Amino acid sequence: MSPGSLRVSKIRNGTVIDHITKGHALDVIKILGINGRSGGTVTIAMNVQSSKLGVKDIVKIEGRELNSEEVDKIALIAPHATINIIRNFRVAEKLTVKLPSVIRGIVKCIKPSCISNDSSEPIRSIFYLEEADPLKLRCHYCNNIMEEKDILQQF
Amino acid sequence: MKSEFNFLNRDIVSIKGFSREEIDCILEVARSIEHIAEKGSDMLRGKVLAELFFEPSTRTMLSFQTAMYKLGGNVIGFAEPGVSSVWKGETLADTVRVVEKYSDIIVLRHPLEGSARFAAEYAQVPVINAGSGAEEHPTQALLDLYTILKAKGRIDGLDIALMGDLRYGRTVHSLAYALSLYNVKLSMVSPGLLRMRSEVLRDIRSRIDVIEYRDIEEILPELDVLYVTRIQKERFPDLGEYEKVRGTFAVNLKLLRSAKNDLIVLHPLPRLDEIAVEVDATPFAKYFEQARNGVVVRMALLALILGAIKKQ
Ligand SMILES: Nc1ncnc2c1ncn2[C@@H]1O[C@H](COP(=O)(O)OP(=O)(O)OP(=O)(O)O)[C@@H](O)[C@H]1O
Ligand SMILES: [Mg+2]
Ligand SMILES: [Zn+2]
Repeated sequence: MSPGSLRVSKIRNGTVIDHITKGHALDVIKILGINGRSGGTVTIAMNVQSSKLGVKDIVKIEGRELNSEEVDKIALIAPHATINIIRNFRVAEKLTVKLPSVIRGIVKCIKPSCISNDSSEPIRSIFYLEEADPLKLRCHYCNNIMEEKDILQQF
Repeated sequence: MKSEFNFLNRDIVSIKGFSREEIDCILEVARSIEHIAEKGSDMLRGKVLAELFFEPSTRTMLSFQTAMYKLGGNVIGFAEPGVSSVWKGETLADTVRVVEKYSDIIVLRHPLEGSARFAAEYAQVPVINAGSGAEEHPTQALLDLYTILKAKGRIDGLDIALMGDLRYGRTVHSLAYALSLYNVKLSMVSPGLLRMRSEVLRDIRSRIDVIEYRDIEEILPELDVLYVTRIQKERFPDLGEYEKVRGTFAVNLKLLRSAKNDLIVLHPLPRLDEIAVEVDATPFAKYFEQARNGVVVRMALLALILGAIKKQ
C-alpha cells in the first residue's frame, strides 16, 4: 500500500460503507442509529477523491456487520453506496444497496394534518416506494406522495 | 365463476380498498334490503355500534344511527362537543381500545388524515371511516354510486360531471375514484382555484379519461348525472372572485333547460345556493333521495361486516 492511501488503520471485522453521495456520511450514521456511545471505532471520511463519483464519503464501522434491512435504509440517501463486510481485515462480502419497498420510521410525512405526525399517538411512519428515480414515497396513512427533495431535506 | 367476497369484520378505511366486484356486491345487497329499510328488522339485535365523531357531522352521524336502529342494533358514542370534556388528552389509540370493549363496530370521523387507518390498526373490532381529514369518505361514495345505479339502472356508459369545489371536498375524491372503476365518461367542472387535486387526477386517469372544464354549459346537454358540491366563500381571496364563481356554478331551472329529460342532479348536502330551491320539485332532483339511500347502503355495510348477511 502506498503511503497515505489509507488514512485510518484497517479494521479487523466490521463494515465499510463506500461511495456514499458526497455530504451524506453523517446521515448514514444517523440512519444506522450510531451515536458513538457504544460499540467499536467509527471512522468517517468526507470529500474523498473517487474515480466513480468524483468526490465521495466513506464510513467505516468496527465490530458491526450491517444486516440487509440496514443496508436498504442507506439506499434512501446514498443510492450508489457499496457495503463491504470486512472479516479478518479482508473484504468478505460486497453488497449493493437496494431501495426497500416499505420504509418504516426513517422519514416523516410532510403533510402536517397526517395522523403519523401526531406525536402523542403511538405511531411510526410507514411509506411505500412509489418510484426509485427520482425518489417518490407514498404515506401509508394519508396516501400523500413525498418527492425526493422533501425526503432528503429531512436528513 | 364465482368470486370470493369477504366482508366479515372488514375495516372500511378507503374506497381504494374495494374492487369493482366488491362494490357491485355491496350495491346489490343494498338493493335486496330496501324493504328492511322500510319495515326494520332485528338482524343486528344485541350488537352495538360506537360513533366517535371528533369533528361535527350531524348528517353522517344520524345516517349511521338510523341504519343501525333499522337493523335492530344499538348505538353509543359522542359528537364533537363531548370530545373536549371527556376524551380530551387521550390518544386516539387509547380511545379506540377502550371503546371497542363496549362495541362491536366503530364509526370514526376525525380531522386528521389517515386517522381511520390508524384506528383500524389498533382496534380489534372493525372500523368504518366516516370522514378523515380532507382525504376520504368512502361510505358517501358508495351511497352516491347506489343513487346513480338506482336512478339509471347502470353506472357503465354514463356521462357524469362533478362540479364545484373539487379540491377540498372529500366526498368528490372518494367518488371520483369509485367512478373510475366503471366505464364512465367523467368531466370535472370547477373554478381554477378549486380544481381536482393532481394526485387524484393522476390516479383516475390511469383507468379512465377525464376532461376538466371551467364552465358547465357546453357539456350539460350530454350529461346523465350532474354531481354538485358546495363552493365555500372562505376558499377565495376576495369576495368579488367568489361572487363571479357563484353565478357560474349555480344550478337553476334556466340552466337545466338544455339538459336531457332524465338527467339526475346530486349533492352531498348541505347545500347553500348552488342548487336553486326551484329545482327541488323537478324530476332532476335526487339529492334528498341520496340521503335515504345513504341509510340503505350503510345498513348493507353493517349487515355484511357484522355477519348478518353473508355473500360469496
Ligand atoms: N480491513 C479494512 N479496513 C478498512 N477499510 C477497508 C478494509 N478493507 C477494505 N477497506 C475499504 O473498503 C472499500 C472496498 O475495498 P475494495 O478492496 O473492495 O476496494 P475497491 O476494489 O475499490 O472496491 P469498489 O469496486 O467497491 O470501489 C475501500 O474503500 C477500502 O479502502
Ligand atoms: Mg474503490
Ligand atoms: Zn402522511
